Amino acid sequence: MSVLVLVEHSGGVFKKKSLEAVQYAANIAKGLGTTVTAVAVGDADNANMQGLGQYGATKVLHTTDTRLNEFNSRAYTKVMLAAAQKEGAKVIVGLHDTVGKAVTPRLAARLKAGLVAGAVSYPDLSKGFVVKKNVFSGKAFAFVNVTSDVKVITLMPNTFAVVKGEGSATVENLDVAFEDKDFSVKVVETSKASGSVPLSEAELVVSGGRGLKGPENWYVLEALAKELGAALACSRPVADSHWRPHNEHVGQTGGTIRPNLYIAVGISGAIQHLAGVNGSKTIVVINKDPEAPFFKAADYGVLGDAMEVVPRLTEAVKKFKGN
Amino acid sequence: MKILVCICPVPDTTTKIAFADNNTHFSTQGVTFIINPYDEWYGIVRALELKEAGVATDVHLITVGKADAEPVIRKALALGGDEAIRIDTDSNDTYAVAAQIAEYAKTVGYDLVLCGKESIDYNNGSVGAMVAELLDMNYIGFASKIDVAGGVATVKREIEGGEETDSCNLPVVISCQKGVAEARIPNMRGIMAARTKPLKVVPPAAIDTLSSIVAYELPPAKQGVKMVPAENMDELVRLLHEEAKVI
Repeated sequence: MSVLVLVEHSGGVFKKKSLEAVQYAANIAKGLGTTVTAVAVGDADNANMQGLGQYGATKVLHTTDTRLNEFNSRAYTKVMLAAAQKEGAKVIVGLHDTVGKAVTPRLAARLKAGLVAGAVSYPDLSKGFVVKKNVFSGKAFAFVNVTSDVKVITLMPNTFAVVKGEGSATVENLDVAFEDKDFSVKVVETSKASGSVPLSEAELVVSGGRGLKGPENWYVLEALAKELGAALACSRPVADSHWRPHNEHVGQTGGTIRPNLYIAVGISGAIQHLAGVNGSKTIVVINKDPEAPFFKAADYGVLGDAMEVVPRLTEAVKKFKGN
Repeated sequence: MKILVCICPVPDTTTKIAFADNNTHFSTQGVTFIINPYDEWYGIVRALELKEAGVATDVHLITVGKADAEPVIRKALALGGDEAIRIDTDSNDTYAVAAQIAEYAKTVGYDLVLCGKESIDYNNGSVGAMVAELLDMNYIGFASKIDVAGGVATVKREIEGGEETDSCNLPVVISCQKGVAEARIPNMRGIMAARTKPLKVVPPAAIDTLSSIVAYELPPAKQGVKMVPAENMDELVRLLHEEAKVI
């Protein structure tokens, strides 16, 4: 009957968004009068699995198999199915990210469970099982009522602040009978940008638009991002002109992000761009055009030339961090 | 090799979103519908390229929707494709949509199913993986490059903080994003040809709906921007720290 949550780790360390998902599941479990069981796959570290108790997990089911080190949606789905059966889970939580978006739909289809993809609220049990989610790429929210017996939710990362508490989870092995076809997708090659903060889970984001005039001017944003510990993003024209890689493109046809702070430099703020970023908690707009529509969607605005204002801001941040 | 491309009509990206009936319905008044960009620019075009290269024999386009979806399907057929299928029902429930597509796909037997990484209206990004499960097929999400040769798909895809290249045997469902192909504009010949291409209207299978949207809400309006002088970035840092509490 417990609430199940799929947790992701990198080199055995659980990602912050997974801790957020555990905490989210724990709050749902509280409302339902039950407990949370986390499901960890692959080489997760035992102490770290017990540590999920600090975020509300009572138990961790752990499946290891060397073949699980490469992501396969079928294999992960099978682990989740086995866990769901063992626990009699009625609510299953994943993350709205590249892993969650491949596993949870498979799981939901198999269990014939209604899916809320990209939740930004807890379920409201007073009206059924109603969960708020982003729609129209951030231009609006929808309230989705799930009517099936089992419910699956993917949580939009960075929706809730993560608070570490007390507790230790018990770790149990979960044996799963895999078939060859569960590992039919083979990874041929991997290339990861090292050291940088992944955009989807970044709390602080520095983003540039056409107003920067060219890729050669990006160093001012890179310096600011480095000083803040922020990820870099860009608008669509910038990605289309190959000034920046397309995985940095945020907006309606790029990524949707919801950082705590979004600093938009030289971005006019077209409706399609705003759609991807208006979930940000605080928006700073730096633009030399007083008519830029983005100012209307901003919390703080600076009217000025990016090449002068951004280095000044970087210096101010450096000074602030030094204090 | 037979390819099925899942397409979804969505409001044009410049649409100002509004709701009707006490915020329970999306107001389609004055809204122009387009093919979901991820389905069109990447899924359809890559399928056509594979056919032009002689890798694919048939390219079918499928959508789940009522008759008002037909102009969008015709637009898709104008780009290319041999036939289109419209499952004659409407739903916001991902499972119901995926199950309808899967039921139809079973009757044909596709080697490759392409869809966009998500639709820009409901942003679920779930139909592809659900179809894969319902058809017991492999699934690769967030592709930025797709090659098919000798019954094997080689796919470059986005992963967290990077990219990887995967390979797997067909059949497979792949969700597409930027990089898979370059957008095409239908030419006059395509538009004329689309008028006579088969558009099959298929009655829906008996599928349960597992969720429904009960209300909508617009994001709260911003309080109004606070302007900070360009000379005084110390003040901006102070505000971000003390007032917004984000650094």
